Amino acid sequence: MSRAKADEDEYWHGSKYKAFTFDDDDDDELSQLKESKRAVNSLKAIVDEEDDDGGKFTWSGEPVGSISWSIQETASNSRMGNETRDFQQKTRTETSFYSIPKPGPTFSNLFKGSLIYNTLTGLFKEILKVTARSVTFRSLHFGGFGDSYCSLERFRSLKEKLQLLDEAVRRHDGNVITAFLFFLEVLFRELECREVALMHFIHFLKETSQQQLLTDLLRFLDRTEELALCKYREHLNINDAEQRRDFLKTKCIRCVIMSHFVPANDRLLESKGQDQMFRKYPRKASLLFMPLVTTLYYSCIYHYTEGEGTFSSPSNLRKTFKIPEKLYILTALGALAKIKAWSDIDALFTTKNWLGYTKKRAPMGFNRVVEILHKNGAPSTVLQDYVRLIEDVETRIALSSKYKCHDVVIDTYKDLKDRQQLMVYRCKVERGSPEEDKIDMILINTVRRSGLHLKERCGKLWTFHLTETDSGDLHI
Amino acid sequence: MHSDRKRASAFLPSLQHVRVVLVPTRDIYTVGAAAAVLALIPAVMATDILDGPALPDFTILKRLARDQLIYLLEQLPGKKDLIIEPDLMSPLDRIANVSILKQHDVDKLYKLENKPIYSNNDQLCFLIRPRISHMKYIANLVNTDKRSDRNRKYKIIFSPQKFHTCDMILEQEGIFGDVTCDEWSFYLLPLDDDIISMELPEFYRDYFLEGDQRWIGTVAKALHLLNSIFGPMSKSYGIGRCAKMVYEVWKELLDEDESDRTERRPDLGVAFIIDRDVDYVTPLCSQVVYEGLVDDIFRIKCGSVEFGPEVTSSEKSIKVLLNSQDKVFQEIRNEHFSNVFSFLSQKARNLQSHYDKRREMDINQMKSFVSQELKGLKQEHRLLSLHIGACESIMKKKTKQDFQDLLKTEHSLLEGFDIRESITSIEEHINRQVSPTESLRLLCLLSITENGLITKDYRSLKTQYLQSYGPAHLLTFSNLKRTGLLIEQVPGETLTAVESKMSKLVTDKAAGKLTDAFSSLAKKSHFRGISKKLGLIPRIDGEYDLKTPRDMAYVFSGAYIPLSCKVIEQVLQRKSWMGLEEVTRLLNGNEFSVQLSDNTANSDSQRTILIVFLGGCTFSEIAALRFLGKEKGYKFIFLTTSIMNSTRMLESLAETKT
Repeated sequence: MSRAKADEDEYWHGSKYKAFTFDDDDDDELSQLKESKRAVNSLKAIVDEEDDDGGKFTWSGEPVGSISWSIQETASNSRMGNETRDFQQKTRTETSFYSIPKPGPTFSNLFKGSLIYNTLTGLFKEILKVTARSVTFRSLHFGGFGDSYCSLERFRSLKEKLQLLDEAVRRHDGNVITAFLFFLEVLFRELECREVALMHFIHFLKETSQQQLLTDLLRFLDRTEELALCKYREHLNINDAEQRRDFLKTKCIRCVIMSHFVPANDRLLESKGQDQMFRKYPRKASLLFMPLVTTLYYSCIYHYTEGEGTFSSPSNLRKTFKIPEKLYILTALGALAKIKAWSDIDALFTTKNWLGYTKKRAPMGFNRVVEILHKNGAPSTVLQDYVRLIEDVETRIALSSKYKCHDVVIDTYKDLKDRQQLMVYRCKVERGSPEEDKIDMILINTVRRSGLHLKERCGKLWTFHLTETDSGDLHI
Repeated sequence: MHSDRKRASAFLPSLQHVRVVLVPTRDIYTVGAAAAVLALIPAVMATDILDGPALPDFTILKRLARDQLIYLLEQLPGKKDLIIEPDLMSPLDRIANVSILKQHDVDKLYKLENKPIYSNNDQLCFLIRPRISHMKYIANLVNTDKRSDRNRKYKIIFSPQKFHTCDMILEQEGIFGDVTCDEWSFYLLPLDDDIISMELPEFYRDYFLEGDQRWIGTVAKALHLLNSIFGPMSKSYGIGRCAKMVYEVWKELLDEDESDRTERRPDLGVAFIIDRDVDYVTPLCSQVVYEGLVDDIFRIKCGSVEFGPEVTSSEKSIKVLLNSQDKVFQEIRNEHFSNVFSFLSQKARNLQSHYDKRREMDINQMKSFVSQELKGLKQEHRLLSLHIGACESIMKKKTKQDFQDLLKTEHSLLEGFDIRESITSIEEHINRQVSPTESLRLLCLLSITENGLITKDYRSLKTQYLQSYGPAHLLTFSNLKRTGLLIEQVPGETLTAVESKMSKLVTDKAAGKLTDAFSSLAKKSHFRGISKKLGLIPRIDGEYDLKTPRDMAYVFSGAYIPLSCKVIEQVLQRKSWMGLEEVTRLLNGNEFSVQLSDNTANSDSQRTILIVFLGGCTFSEIAALRFLGKEKGYKFIFLTTSIMNSTRMLESLAETKT
């Protein structure tokens, strides 16, 4: 112990790196010394604690307590160590950590003598304490690691390595865990039961893109899912389309492959200029690596009329990839609306029942259909047909008035027998338009009819009701 | 007279809920160098603080960072070119400017991108985050120089610290010794009077996804720095595995630091450390307070936002600093969006009447108007028109995306009603190829509130998602599973028993033998149970009054009180975790409450509470806690690894190349 202390004294006082000379402060060196002394002492505690299982010797074989060798190295290996690189590195770290408090020329010029200067130096001391601590912190915890990697080479036996690793894990210092793993070359099978260390290792391999080692590791650990994903990730980084496809072929991820073939064929068509469609709606971007739905959209635009047998027809895609009905219809609708194929859209929703009657049906509610059609600039005559199919009355009214499908609004109010609303709506339509006439007609007719109807049933009450409630409530 | 009263009030034993106008009385501090500097800085924020103690002045942190950077730059004397990493540019902007750098011999500035730099300078200085890709880039540059016999000096400044892996790369690439390294310990960037950000968005992914603990020491050091300048803090609460580790490292730093026991009047009294994965629900909800909305839509970056032509109604974009200095913003930032418009129009009317005043003025009055008021009015006018523009743009965007439908889905997920209907609407969202992150957000919210999706739903939604947005999202789904954001329910009730046993094991044994193997299990939230226990869904009869809110739920239109904030409120109220056992069990434990020092004499500091969010916090949470502070007489200071919102969170987990 005393030898260590002497060494330290010698180091701190003999060092030419006198970073701590404050004009107004003398005991910085002293405090540094204290700092490292405390470090030594606390390391002793750790070493003792770790040596529970009877061993009286530290990992390097030196007696416990006599010299806490690692901290000794931290503090004095610049003189004792054989490796010159050690020394260099040491120097560098020292400057970076300890130089902060030394006021640079600018500071002195700017502030010297002023109150601010004094307080700033004071503040720097605070910072120093924090940073300096990080040095002791490291050396304390990690056996001189913070200053030199080479010292790690002394850890040759597996037991030592693992003890060191476990200590790093216990201290929650991810930075050091990773570094240890790299330098100590701990075996895979030892990592298996050290989850935290393992995760650091995997992350490190990912970051440094050491693909081979990573796949080996995952294979060893039997993590097949992660392994597959890792391979897949690899493919995403391949830029060349051909190579990427080849990679995928071997991996057999079908939906991506599809998106390679369809446009390849089309490029041919396009170059020949045979297909009118391509001239009308030139393709914006390549389909390669696009999602399936985009491919489907694409094929709905350019290949909708093709028979089921062709490779690129939408129905083929639908079958091959088991695309759910809703997804298919939504995509097809968007695509068909884009190219204004209204009759195809009509066919899309028409279903025949076994009696031969046709009926329109949509898996997602016609309000969505209307929205999509409107977004793609469908004319109001087309919109009207679909607005009419919306089941929920309120939505129907809201949407039809939003998209100005007057007929639908009027008919809906008529069905509801909502006289009040009709009158309100009458103000919204154009003067003298056919819609206004229609409303007038309805108003006259319904009043007459409902008036008679009520008189029979309620007698005198009817006048009261007419003034008190909306005509929609007239059925009692 | 006035100042005397102020001083007197600071000495009074201020009781909670008693409204006292408190103004920082800096001259009380005599001990401690930091405080001495503080005394020199005029108390800027003395205004409009009604409840609770005054905020400590964090501008000192900026100054420290700046001075250290200058010092480091001078370590490489002479002209040099500075190559800055993109992520550090905005933070750097907030503490220094080009002229300061120029003063210290920085010649040209470059952005570190993945392309060669053409510089003739003989000295290159790199200012970077410790990342492997940057190291490789630098190594490449140095090696190219070597091959062409170019002799230059290189210096790398790592912020906030260097990792050992960086040295490894230098060694592997054969340039170790050719470059010198330094650390710029720039941990803390005060974004506002009460928000300090570490600007480390990668913290979230590194820890919560990859399980890498490299930043834990960094946060602990940051906390320690705050403590040594504004502390000593007397108490610390926390919840979450990472929080616990941060606390343990911090504690070690504290223990080493016996000399630092100078008796000083602390500004900060209590620290509350919380992990992001304790509450995933809150960051997944659409934000509806103004600041949150602005962040969701325009992306606030490092405290400033760029308003594009659609907001400025001119051709160019304007960059605006959003903080308490902006008087208009200050008044609307925490408000529910529905109140903002009426406030702004009222403000506009006031402004108009102010302008109108000049009509009846004589020459002298006009003169003083121009010299005194006009500038302020003009400034206000500019800000007002910007925020009105922003509001309009928000309205436009939100009505386009059928925002109301979204909110409805969200609210029913939170309450647990009509789950089937919500699933259908999410499905439709996916099928229509609306924004991929929005769809993902709803999926995650569904999973978390429902304790995972049942197998059938999980498979079908995942397939549809992959078909709609591309198969590369396979990786995204695997990441979401690992973080516990989107999981498949494991059939059978036995799980809960196993799980609780496991999580107990995890808590007891700090050594990470089992921890992460079961992390996806252990992280499973039991949102419904917690929600019931803590009353997160307010029961309302009639309409929730958003104008004069009763509780923190107003930040989500009265539908939900942010879980994180509610936990904080409860613990502060009880001054411990007592009585919250059931809640902490459902949150997977790892809660702690420790006395750091017995420095409790100053009741003001006891009500100044540092909330540490590990993995980021949202503006909605900040708004909610500011509200709580006003109600209960606390002052909250937010220390976060970064500002978070749903998009950022999900984007950091998505793995598709754009």
